[in-house]
Amino acid sequence: MELSGAEIVIQCLKEEGVEYVFGYPGGAVLHIYDALFKQNDVKHILARHEQGATHAADGFARSSGKPGVALVTSGPGATNAVTGIATAYMDSIPMVVLTGQVPSPFIGSDAFQEVDTVGITRPCVKHNFLIKDVRDIASTFRKAFYLATSGRPGPVVIDIPKDVTDPNVKIPFSYPKKMKMRSYNPVTRGHLGQIKKAVDLMLAAEKPVFYTGGGVILDNADKELVELVRSLGFPITSTLMGLGAYPGTDKQFLGMLGMHGTYEANMAMHETDTLIAVGARFDDRVTGQIAQFCPNATIIHIDIDPSSISKNVRVDVPIVGPVRSVLEDMLQVLKESKKSPQSAAVSKWWKQIEEWRGKRCLRYDQNSGIIKPQFAVETLYRVTRGDAFVASDVGQHQMFAAQFYQFDKPRRWINSGGLGTMGFGLPAGIGIQLAHPDAEVAVITGEASIQMCIQELATCKQYDLPLKIMLLNNGYMGMVRQWQEFFYDGRYSHSYVDSLPDFVTLAESYGHVGMKIEKPDDLEGAMKEAFAMKDRLVFMDVIVDPTENVYPMIEAGKGHHEMYMSPGSELV
Amino acid sequence: MRHIISILIENESGALSRVAGLFSARGYNIESLTVAPTEDPTLSRMTLVTRGDEAIIEQITKQLNKLVEVVKLLDLSDGPHIEREMMMIKLKADNGRRDEIARLVDIFRGKVVDVTDSTFVVELTGKSAKLDAFIKAAHEDSVVEVVRSGPLGIARGSKGLKL
Repeated sequence: MELSGAEIVIQCLKEEGVEYVFGYPGGAVLHIYDALFKQNDVKHILARHEQGATHAADGFARSSGKPGVALVTSGPGATNAVTGIATAYMDSIPMVVLTGQVPSPFIGSDAFQEVDTVGITRPCVKHNFLIKDVRDIASTFRKAFYLATSGRPGPVVIDIPKDVTDPNVKIPFSYPKKMKMRSYNPVTRGHLGQIKKAVDLMLAAEKPVFYTGGGVILDNADKELVELVRSLGFPITSTLMGLGAYPGTDKQFLGMLGMHGTYEANMAMHETDTLIAVGARFDDRVTGQIAQFCPNATIIHIDIDPSSISKNVRVDVPIVGPVRSVLEDMLQVLKESKKSPQSAAVSKWWKQIEEWRGKRCLRYDQNSGIIKPQFAVETLYRVTRGDAFVASDVGQHQMFAAQFYQFDKPRRWINSGGLGTMGFGLPAGIGIQLAHPDAEVAVITGEASIQMCIQELATCKQYDLPLKIMLLNNGYMGMVRQWQEFFYDGRYSHSYVDSLPDFVTLAESYGHVGMKIEKPDDLEGAMKEAFAMKDRLVFMDVIVDPTENVYPMIEAGKGHHEMYMSPGSELV
Repeated sequence: MRHIISILIENESGALSRVAGLFSARGYNIESLTVAPTEDPTLSRMTLVTRGDEAIIEQITKQLNKLVEVVKLLDLSDGPHIEREMMMIKLKADNGRRDEIARLVDIFRGKVVDVTDSTFVVELTGKSAKLDAFIKAAHEDSVVEVVRSGPLGIARGSKGLKL
C-alpha cells in the first residue's frame, strides 16, 4: 500500500484506534485536512479556537482513559494550543497533539506562520518530535502514542512540516507493531520488599490516613484502592485530582484535603502517624507549609514517577511502580500476613476524626434569600442523582464543586488542577460528551472563566452536544476577590467583571437554550427542566451571592491545622 | 556539594536543549557541560558538573533520567573516578619571557602547540584545579586568551557506563 505523508498521518490515527480528532485547519496542515476529508473513520471536531481543541481532546482523554488527539496548524495554531498542552502536562493526561509546521526548507527563515513549536512546547510536554522525513511518520506516531499513554502519562507533540505530508510523494506504509525504546522503560511492578515494609507499617499504625491523588484514576486503580481501604478500615482523603477514585459518599472518606479541604481531612493529616500517599504528588496546594506537613508521620509514597518521590516532602518508604499493580501486591501481602490492623487504636483515631467531622466545616447559610453557590452545586447533585460527568473551570466555583458534588465514580470530575486553566470547562465538556454520548454532562463555571472559551458554544451547536452549563454568576473573579478581601484589606483591584453580556440571549444567539435563575426556590425546578431537555444545550445563568467565600481555607504557607473556618462555624 | 554526572543520551537534535532547558526551568545550576558522540554514533556522552545539596542532586538525577532521550546516567561523585579538563591558553611570549614560559609549561607537563614571535599557545590537560594553578602561575597580564573544555569524567574500576 503506497500512501502520501498526509494519508499516513490519518492511517496512523486509525491504527491507534483514534475516533475523534479535535482541530482547526490552517495552511501548514492543509494536506492533512484534505486526507481527512477523503475518509470517514476518523471524525474531526472543529473547535473555534485551538485552546478549545486541546481542552476538548483533554476532556475526552480524562473521561474515557483513551488518549486525546488534537490537530492544529503552525505558528498561531501551535501557540494557541500551548495552554491546552500545558494543562494536560500538569495533570499527566495522555494526549497527542499534531502541529503543522512550515515546509522544511523554510524552517528557521522566519517564514509566514512559523514558530519553533518544538522549542516552545518542550517544557510542557512529556516529549515532542519534529518529523523531517515522510518515512519517519509511522514510527514517530507509534512512539508518540506509546509515550503519551505509558508510565506517567502526558501530552506528546508531533510537529509536521508541510512538505512531509506532500500528496504527491507516496511511499509504502506499514505500522510498527511493538514499540521498544532503549531510553524509555517505565517501571511495571513495585519493589516487593518495599511493599512488605509498607504493609508492616500500615498494620502497626495507630493513626493512619490514606492520601490519594489523580494517579489512582489515571491507572484505573479505583477498585483496588477501595478494597484495600475498606479491608483496613482506615480513613481516606483525596486531592482535587483524585476525587471519585474512592466513593465520596462513603463513611471512610474524609473529603478533599489541602487549601480548601475539610477540617477533618486536614486535621487527620496533621495528626497522623502513618501517611499512605497513593498516586499523589505533594503539591503545594495540598501540603501547605512543608515544615509543618504531617509532623508526626511515617510516610509511604506510591508513584509511577521516581521524580515525584521526595521532591517536595521527604518520604520514608518510597514505592516506584504503577499504582494498580502496587495496590494489588499490597492486597496480596495483606492476605498472606497473619497480622491485622491495630483495631483498638484505629477506633480511637476514628473517634477523634468524628469529633472533627462534628464541626461540619462545610456548613453555609441555608436560609439565604439569595442563591448560595454551595446550594447550587448541591441542587445539581440532587437533580443528577450524583451521577453526572462534571467539568469545571477554575476559581471558587471549582472548589464549591469539589466540596459539594460527592463523586462516587472515577473520571466523573474533570478539572484543571495543576495549571488552573480558566476556560477549560466548556471545551472539556465537549470532549466528555463525545466520549459519553448518552451521559449527563454538566459544566460548572463562573462568569469570568466561561468568557475565556465561550466561542466553543458554536462547536456544541454544530455537533449537537447537549451540555448543561451552570454558570455561578457572582459578578466577580470570585477567588481573586476572596484573596483581596482576606489579604489586601478588601481592595478589589480589577476583580469585578464589568460589562457582562446577557448570557441568556448570548446562549440563544448560538442556538441554545438560555435560562436566568435568581431565586433559591426556582433553582431545582429550573434545573430539572434543563436536564429534561435531553437534546439541547442549556445555559443556566445562576445569580449567586457575590460575597460568598470558600471555606475552610489554609493561607498559602500555613500548616494544615491553621484553617480559616466559615463565619458562624465553630472557630478553631 | 559539587557533583559530576555522566549521561548517555540519544544523539538526536534537540537532546542537548532538553538537558539545558531542564536545568534552567527547574532552577538548577550547570557549572560546565561537555558533549560529544561516542564510539556508537547514535549515542552522545555528556559530562555535567553541577552543585547542590543531597536533595537537589537526587532531583537532578531523577529529572534527567525522566527525559525520554536519556539512556543511562551515573553520578561519578558517588565513587572513585578520574576527572580531566583540557585547556588551550594563549600567552604573551616576548623575548625576555620565552624561556620562563617554556619552563612553566614543562613543570605542568603541558605542550606549546603554536608559536609566533610574540605569543605561545599552550595545551594543558589535568584536573580543573591544576589548570587554575597554571593560569595563576602564568601572570594575569600575560594571558591573551583562555579556552577550557570543562571537565570530563570516567569511573575507576572495571565497570563502564555502557548500554
